[in-house]
Amino acid sequence: MRTENAQNSPRTSRTTPRTRTIVVWTVVALVGASGWAVLALARGENVSAAWMVAAALGSYAIGYRFYAKFIAYKVLKVDRNRATPAERLNNGIDFHPTDRRVLLGHHFAAIAGAGPLVGPVLAAQMGYLPGTIWIVAGVIFAGAVQDMVVLFFSTRRDGRSLGQMAREEIGPFGGAAALLAAFAIMIILLGVLALVVVNALAESPWGTFSIAMTVPIALLMGFYLRVLRPGRVTEVSLIGVALLLLALVAGRWVAESSWADTFTLAPSTLVVWLVGYGFIASILPVWMLLAPRDYLSTFMKIGTILLLALGVVFALPTLKMDAVTDFATRGDGPVFAGSLFPFVFITIACGALSGFHALISSGTTPKMIQKETQVRLIGYGSMLMESSVAVMALVAASVIDPGLYFAMNAPAGVIGDTVQNASQVVGSWGYQISPQALAEAARQVEESSLLSRTGGAPTLAVGVSEIFAQVTGDGMRAFWYHFAIMFEALFILTALDAGTRVGRFMLQDTLGNVYKPFRNVSWKPGLVITSGIVCGLWGYFLWVGVHEPLGGINQLFPIFGISNQLLAAVALAVCTTLLVKSGRLKWAWITGVPLAWDATVTLTASWQKVFSSDPRVGFFQQREVYQDGIDAGKVLPPAKSMDDMHTIVTNSTVDGVLSAVLALLVVVVIVDAARVCVRHVRRPALSTLSEARYVESKIVAPAGLFPTREEKEEAHDAVGAGQGG
Amino acid sequence: MRSVLGRAAEMVRGVRWYVRELTDESAYDRYVAHLRTGHPDAPVPSRREFERMRTDRQESDPRQGFRCC
Repeated sequence: MRTENAQNSPRTSRTTPRTRTIVVWTVVALVGASGWAVLALARGENVSAAWMVAAALGSYAIGYRFYAKFIAYKVLKVDRNRATPAERLNNGIDFHPTDRRVLLGHHFAAIAGAGPLVGPVLAAQMGYLPGTIWIVAGVIFAGAVQDMVVLFFSTRRDGRSLGQMAREEIGPFGGAAALLAAFAIMIILLGVLALVVVNALAESPWGTFSIAMTVPIALLMGFYLRVLRPGRVTEVSLIGVALLLLALVAGRWVAESSWADTFTLAPSTLVVWLVGYGFIASILPVWMLLAPRDYLSTFMKIGTILLLALGVVFALPTLKMDAVTDFATRGDGPVFAGSLFPFVFITIACGALSGFHALISSGTTPKMIQKETQVRLIGYGSMLMESSVAVMALVAASVIDPGLYFAMNAPAGVIGDTVQNASQVVGSWGYQISPQALAEAARQVEESSLLSRTGGAPTLAVGVSEIFAQVTGDGMRAFWYHFAIMFEALFILTALDAGTRVGRFMLQDTLGNVYKPFRNVSWKPGLVITSGIVCGLWGYFLWVGVHEPLGGINQLFPIFGISNQLLAAVALAVCTTLLVKSGRLKWAWITGVPLAWDATVTLTASWQKVFSSDPRVGFFQQREVYQDGIDAGKVLPPAKSMDDMHTIVTNSTVDGVLSAVLALLVVVVIVDAARVCVRHVRRPALSTLSEARYVESKIVAPAGLFPTREEKEEAHDAVGAGQGG
Repeated sequence: MRSVLGRAAEMVRGVRWYVRELTDESAYDRYVAHLRTGHPDAPVPSRREFERMRTDRQESDPRQGFRCC
């Protein structure tokens, strides 16, 4: 059913002085344009990060003011008189109208994670320019649009999840494919994130000690909140952060003491610890570990992002990376293989367009939004903030010496394990760095070595320490490096716990169809079995990644990026179907074009990963090359033994099959969505639209961050009827 | 006429409100207010009971409050 209700037109800006608006937005446009001009035209000279910041912020402002407003009011036709689920179903707990400024913080904290920090760092291999362009253009036209449109449609459906909307609006077949894809993606995500942590903590007693300390700190906080002072989140978070900083400082003492050996762990030992941690944490009650860790990591996340933004703006560091490197066209980069199209888009993933956000934008946030008109601020605005985090990560990766960048991000199989060897290999790519400089860089951050510290986190940490050291002086450099490592590892560990629980929940639900008791989420044997399966699955990818002779990040990160972008394709397909079915056919391109682009990029990447005849890119070609080697009894580098050869063959087969299956699942969803759209256009009577009925809203609240004069007057008139704040 | 002091106090109140809302420390007060207005006869749980109920809800559906990569 379609609900055509009173169309309120938000023509409120007429009364403000038009000329002032025009002048202001012309200036904003000029700032953005000058940023882009300098970034694009500067060659062979050092460019200040200020231009990147100007280009990004100017473009975000224009996108938010014009494109997002157009989508909200012309396409979605957000209705400020229509009550949201928060108002209609208010239960004082998960459904409750939340102040827009608070919800902006909530939503941003929920969508921002390790992804936008890691992806851009790896993508810097192709230079800073391609990455910047995609982060900014991608967010304005695809990522933020997806988040806002999903949020809007889920709000109109009482906060239904993406999976439920896929099932209801597309059909059971497409819905099942979407669910299976989401599960597979979750497993890969957890495996790759855990790999990032292992690469950051391996052989680093300082980092390992401070991260290990987060567990007792979280247990203490959990006990405090459960037993001593329930609900006093702010005070317990302050205590937790203080202890965390103490653990960070103590990490240096430990690293210099006789305990250092205890906390110097090999990658394979860390794998066992991490999988064990993930399993135990996910079967413990939420209050013990997950909830307090979540407070801690959210506090650190928001704090560090603010610090980083301040650091970038105050220090305005110079970008040392090339604008576009030769790897962009040749496609033989050591960080990840493949050419600029499609792999730069796959690698950046979350910072520009993230399928995972669709899971937050449907489900949690729609149950709290006060007004439909606020989807622009919450959905689009939060994603712009996330994108700016990605820009900062790219700045951090580009301010360090490119020679050091490549020495840190190339697999050990390529650059060897001595500084002399690494210096020589990196030099052969055209980036000069002396062995002494490589050793000095490691000494400055008090690590034994920085060679092949792949995964993005250590590189980001070096970049962050470089930026912060420009403000606080060189003495703090090692502290900042470990601060950044701790901050990333902290929320990746929280994600492992939370993600295992979500994966387990999906599995329990599915297994419940076969054997009823599984559906009861508190049935202990079922809990342990399903947790074990989920941890075993991501643990497998983690193990494989750590022991991969070709470099775990190099092999697995593209699959992670592809799976995230495929989930985005599912979300965009659901959005497009909903636009068509709700009578907005002429605006279907709003999500249809990003869908077409995303599907093209991602399926091209999947295709190349499966069928490419370049063994660095195509998994099956890779398998063939190494299998032929085995048959001929030869050991091909970077493999060092016959065992390595067999490992490569097995891994390439698994990775190749996985890439193919994921792509197929998403093709199924897109084709099924297209079928529903075509049917609707031909015979609209056959379609059903499960939109919640219209109820008039009694809440008065502004749409944007700052209330307009009309909104202030409206709030003034409605005093008493509105929310106390 | 408001003094500088009054303005500062107001700012501190604003920051406190925001932090309490953002961390969901205010969840209990909100729930009690909700019960008092909507369901005056319903028994009001203690803060301890309420916070337990909240984590138990997350236990039974981990998708609540899930965060991203």
